[in-house]
Amino acid sequence: MIIVKKGWRPVLVLILLLIIWQVLVPLLDIPAWLLPTPEQIGLEVINSWPNYSGHLAATIRLSILGLIIGSSVGLGVAMVLHLVPKLRETFYPLLILSQNIPIIVLAPLLVIWFGFGVVPKLIIIILVCFFPITIAALDGFRQTTSELLHYMKMAGADRRQIFWKLEWPHAMPSIFSGLKIAATYSVMGAVISEWLGAQEGIGVYMTLASSSFRTTQVFVAIFLIMCLSMVFFAAIVLLEKRFIRWNANGGGDSNG
Amino acid sequence: MAELVIEQLTKSFDGIEVLKELSLHIQEDEFVAVLGPSGSGKSTLFHLIGGLYEPDEGTIALGGDKINGQKGSVSYMPQSPSLLPWRSILDNVLLGAELAGRKDKEAALEMMDKAGLSGYERAYPHQLSGGMKQRAAFIRSLLSPQPLILLDEPFSALDEFTRSEMQKWLLDIWQSNKRSILFVTHNIEEALFLADRILVLSEKPAQVVAEFQVEFTRPRAEGITLTEEFLQYKKDIYKVLKKGTGV
Repeated sequence: MIIVKKGWRPVLVLILLLIIWQVLVPLLDIPAWLLPTPEQIGLEVINSWPNYSGHLAATIRLSILGLIIGSSVGLGVAMVLHLVPKLRETFYPLLILSQNIPIIVLAPLLVIWFGFGVVPKLIIIILVCFFPITIAALDGFRQTTSELLHYMKMAGADRRQIFWKLEWPHAMPSIFSGLKIAATYSVMGAVISEWLGAQEGIGVYMTLASSSFRTTQVFVAIFLIMCLSMVFFAAIVLLEKRFIRWNANGGGDSNG
Repeated sequence: MAELVIEQLTKSFDGIEVLKELSLHIQEDEFVAVLGPSGSGKSTLFHLIGGLYEPDEGTIALGGDKINGQKGSVSYMPQSPSLLPWRSILDNVLLGAELAGRKDKEAALEMMDKAGLSGYERAYPHQLSGGMKQRAAFIRSLLSPQPLILLDEPFSALDEFTRSEMQKWLLDIWQSNKRSILFVTHNIEEALFLADRILVLSEKPAQVVAEFQVEFTRPRAEGITLTEEFLQYKKDIYKVLKKGTGV
């Protein structure tokens, strides 16, 4: 209901933009290979389902696998860095440095090292996924309310208990924020990795389409990528709602 | 055995002496209040008893065992309720016992019922009022297995009305679940109404400068706060506090 109430404005703007697009293209006499109309793209989405369904499935598989591994790596790294402050001091700057390497320039190297199999593709997705989760989780762990930490210490909790009973649940909302970003990134990572050379996938479908000037299909690919990212995002939001009930009113307030 | 004996406790931070040769004792099932000016090292005293720091000198013994720097020997109730927001009230109430490795759900439910929190077992802390949260926090410390409870100005954040309700409630539940209690406050009336004995701390470096045996019989009625005797106590304590702080 809330989505219906609040969502109508952006949807209206979107529809308006599509109408303008639809009207302007024939009006300005733009050829379809340069810019197809939304109607043509829509028809292509429906008609060429058998052509791209296999590609779509491949990308979904790759993204999900990458996201799961990437999130696990991200959480693992965050936990280790949090529990061993010396390691955090050492590796935190390197972590940020690692994000300054554009994935697109790293990709050819990975292909040289690991070939055209699934490994370099997964590495790319993991690289784009783990960072937002690690940073979010680290922040979540560190921002644990000092009053609660003080209580736990006074009550005699050991390091393990403090982590699992206090810091971990406290970081949950942050971790989910990281997951939302990682989930959308994972689709992007998958498509980029497929550009490098793969048998199937939206990335492959897109390269094939663009190299033969089937612009409509390029737009179909973009549309699919957007949908996929949105579905992933929505899935994480649902998971979050399922897991974090206590934060429902937006206040994980410290006075608890 | 829940007898707390503190002898010659000294602790300084960055060269500033916070506690100096502070000695006090609490007998089994005794309710002792510590009064002191703010910044007088009351919380340092608690941290030392709680084992967060080691004292520079002196010993803390509970039931005859030295507990210097030993965490988890006492149960604790802080100024803010410090309930974990992601746990239901029942799970929160069980936390103290859970940390010590022995949970007793039956006892917890029974205690919640006595505290007027039945029906809120599945609720989350943000759904409770301030007084209810404090009651939950106190039950949490009662359900912990430790024989001594430290209360760190537990009602100072509550409004006057809720505060006096909570004081009566605390006495009630303590009457039927006796424990040794060390209660820190800066409210003279609160200390007089609740405690068997009141210790007055000096300014830094803190020492016990006076001790008052509070002779009101238990169970105590609210009316005692209006008696001549109560006022006399209040005056005496006030005088010592004033002298101790040099105001």
